[in-house]
Amino acid sequence: MEDKLIRLAVNGRDEAVVIQPLATLQDVLRDKLELNAVKSGCGQGGCGSCSVLVDGELQLSCLTLAERVGDAEVTTLEGLNETNAIVPLQQAFIENYAAQCGYCTAGMVMAAKALLDRNPAPSRDEIVEGLSGNLCRCTGFAPIVRAVQQAAQALSDTGEEAS
Amino acid sequence: MAKVRGTGFAAVNYPTGMHLGGDPTQSLIHMTPAGDFVVTMASVDLGQGLRTVLAQIAAETLGVPYESIVVETADTDTGPHCTGTFASRTTHRAGNAVVMAAQEARKAMLEVAGELLEASPEDLETDGDGNIHIKGVAEKSVSVGEVAGAAHFGYGKTIAGRGAYLKPPSPMDPETGECDPDSTQAHACTVVEVEVDTETGMVEVIDMKSVYEVGQQVNPDLVKGQIVGGSWMGIGHALYETTAPGYPAIDPAPVDFQNYLQPGAAEMPDVTCEVLEYPAESGPYGGKGVGEMVTNGPIPAIVNAINNALDVRITQIPVTPEVVLRALDEKKAQAGA
Amino acid sequence: MSMKELGVVGRNVGQRDLESHARGQTTYYEDVHYPRMLHLKMHRSAEPHARIVSVDTSAAEASPGVVCVLTHEDLPGKKVWNGLAAVGVGPEDEPILAFDKVRWRGEPIVAVLGESAEAARAGAAKVEVDYDPLPGVFDVEEAISGSLPALTAHWPNNHYIYPDDHGAAQIRFGDVEQGFAEADHIVEDSYQTSPIEQAPMETNGCIAKPGGDGRITVHTNTQAVHFARDNTAAILGIAPGKLRFLGGTVGGGFGGKVDVAVEPISVLAAMRTGRPVKFKYTREEEMQVSSTRSAWRLNIKDGVMDDGRIVARKITSYQDSGAYLRFSSYGSMKHAGHMPGPYTIPNVWVDARVVFTNRPPSSAMRGFGVMAASFAIELQMDKVAKTIGMDPWQLRLLNAYRNGDMRAHRKVNEDAAMVETIQAAAQLAGHELPAEYQAMTSWDRKAS
Ligand code: FES
Ligand code: FES
Repeated sequence: MEDKLIRLAVNGRDEAVVIQPLATLQDVLRDKLELNAVKSGCGQGGCGSCSVLVDGELQLSCLTLAERVGDAEVTTLEGLNETNAIVPLQQAFIENYAAQCGYCTAGMVMAAKALLDRNPAPSRDEIVEGLSGNLCRCTGFAPIVRAVQQAAQALSDTGEEAS
Repeated sequence: MAKVRGTGFAAVNYPTGMHLGGDPTQSLIHMTPAGDFVVTMASVDLGQGLRTVLAQIAAETLGVPYESIVVETADTDTGPHCTGTFASRTTHRAGNAVVMAAQEARKAMLEVAGELLEASPEDLETDGDGNIHIKGVAEKSVSVGEVAGAAHFGYGKTIAGRGAYLKPPSPMDPETGECDPDSTQAHACTVVEVEVDTETGMVEVIDMKSVYEVGQQVNPDLVKGQIVGGSWMGIGHALYETTAPGYPAIDPAPVDFQNYLQPGAAEMPDVTCEVLEYPAESGPYGGKGVGEMVTNGPIPAIVNAINNALDVRITQIPVTPEVVLRALDEKKAQAGA
Repeated sequence: MSMKELGVVGRNVGQRDLESHARGQTTYYEDVHYPRMLHLKMHRSAEPHARIVSVDTSAAEASPGVVCVLTHEDLPGKKVWNGLAAVGVGPEDEPILAFDKVRWRGEPIVAVLGESAEAARAGAAKVEVDYDPLPGVFDVEEAISGSLPALTAHWPNNHYIYPDDHGAAQIRFGDVEQGFAEADHIVEDSYQTSPIEQAPMETNGCIAKPGGDGRITVHTNTQAVHFARDNTAAILGIAPGKLRFLGGTVGGGFGGKVDVAVEPISVLAAMRTGRPVKFKYTREEEMQVSSTRSAWRLNIKDGVMDDGRIVARKITSYQDSGAYLRFSSYGSMKHAGHMPGPYTIPNVWVDARVVFTNRPPSSAMRGFGVMAASFAIELQMDKVAKTIGMDPWQLRLLNAYRNGDMRAHRKVNEDAAMVETIQAAAQLAGHELPAEYQAMTSWDRKAS
């Protein structure tokens, strides 16, 4: 099988990349586009550290074939800070100590964003459910859940976008 | 379906530093021409906040703003030796090394300030906001930045310090075990409430309350982060985690997170913690280590609570549903016998 | 005790890395990207215990994208090692790449370097090893019973030998047999923990990058950069100054990143090829190859008086080290030194054994040797309380160590605050203590 050239829309940019057959979206984002926020904790679909949004839907980039993405818009954590300004969801992670080693953080923020984008006022159970595909070995999850609650609150207080 | 509740607790102590000592950490600190300080270490930050804690300790000893401290880590070319980040040792060992390096750098800083203020260095004090003044005479003052400029460009002096902390090795007597194993001991007591489903064997931790005694806390929020994270990990160890579910058999052998089970956010109860501070004689500003002990209270507390709930005697971890159901069967068999 | 007034120590100043974490900008070892980087994958033992009859790497070498393979014959320095050899722990017993025998399933045999991770993986799968299987040793007490073969010539009875030919790290304090004779009750039980994976979200890994000047920079997530560098140099027989070990933030450690398992072979591969080499454990390797928390078995026997005083405690512990030593002798010494927990007991006897089995070598995890000790002791304390019909809080407070007490390892206790911690927890949990128990302190035993 031959390498092939594909086009991807990532964080609002058009990218042309040469990929190996069966390359995952994770391989392309991390190794070709050097979007290092996309982590690789398992490569098995079990940890959520590689989470990105594809057309606004949460996806595990390690289980997504790059060539299947087509025209869909891919957003990585880097895409949240295109103007450098930090978004309220990230601010909530900082204020709640929702990261220690930080390895799970990008995936967590993306999962939380996907949740808040479709449900701006989630209950605690809905937050827990929304993060259920993402593992963290350091924090015990409680600060992460609190961060998402705070972000949701900020969202309802200001009527602004959380992220 | 019957759900029964029980409570249990455990009291634990934990040694700070590598067993038997002999585990040095060194530190170098230097001032830049702009008046901030670089603390150079080979210690490694694992996410627990080592860089933050060492910057706090350096700022405290130097008497300068926390924000003016940069901490560089994990480079064998630039960082002086550190044994490593483990054994609840870095706050204590690296912290003490930073105190020593900062004391030396502070002395050099006050000497230059003394020349500028035409005062003896012993008569000077720092305000922690970036100024040095003559004790009791706030207006006879010079900024740390001015001192840095004078040192670099006026006097050609370094403002720097070296620190090396070593608890000398203590061999263990092979016959009696006599030794000096630790620098200090931290303490914890964890109380847990569980609910056990006697049909399925599933255990839920409903509530966890802990009291920790970790000497002087350098950064209470980070201590709490360790305690909360460790509480969760303790639930994992007590109820779910094993790489060999058939131990001592080597199969099955989980290779992914679908089969190596850990609790999720849903399994995390409310965790309450209180921290007592009895400063340690040997610690940097009285600090003890907290990083490892945080699973040690929750694990036995959970198993004690399960035994309390069911009036059984489980003595292994993880307490999986099978273990619970087996214990209940044995109890039934004994009652029938 | 009052400390001088503190400024920034004791204050919540945040955590320095939080913003970079939240932005995804923290740099971990694998966030450097080098062109022409090779990937290393390991062919590992499929057998827990076997003689190696032959190793055939020809199909692997011919596999598309494979650049080279490395076996034990390519190792320029040591063939076997132990990470603590430099501080006198030994003998060095663990092959860097297996040669005559394999002693655990997953033991590394052949390293395969490929142009891509996939090419290396495919090549590694084509290595052919012919085994002559040997009986496996799995249960710690069976392992040392004399009925099973010795795993290596170093340990004729499958357990570690401490100085003066002692088979265990031991504590001998007072006279436990006399304590048992005087006791009103004897309370015994056995406890078992399981092998547990540190499971940091970032697996073990490194990237070795030749600098062109004869030096190699190793981006690594080790928890101990000098330790990893000096061991790598010693294994390869090269000057440590040729190596620069560089960490960043590590994606979780918990004791799981001190094996020095990835760096030596990656450096060797980089020296051979002149190209950057990445060796990253898969999650599967992290779970079944990287060392776990050891499993421990403990047998505890206590002599207890009617009034709750524990007068004798005898403990026999077995640390399942897996196939090789790594840091287990240290772990058992720490375990023994921790006994009998935060209690003052006048007669204490401990034998903590390191036992070798055909399991993946185990090592440190958060609370090395101590977690299992605390687990067993605190379950035992509940059993004692139940046996004599005493409130378990009162039992612990009565026996809790005080400052000035002589501990079982013959150090006078200092910095103790166990009593205060238990009292505060009882209050937090709403457990009422009688006045005399509330009056106890770590600085005075009179109240008890
Ligand atoms: S790396 Fe994709 S789920 Fe773990
Ligand atoms: S912060 Fe370390 S894994 Fe979540």
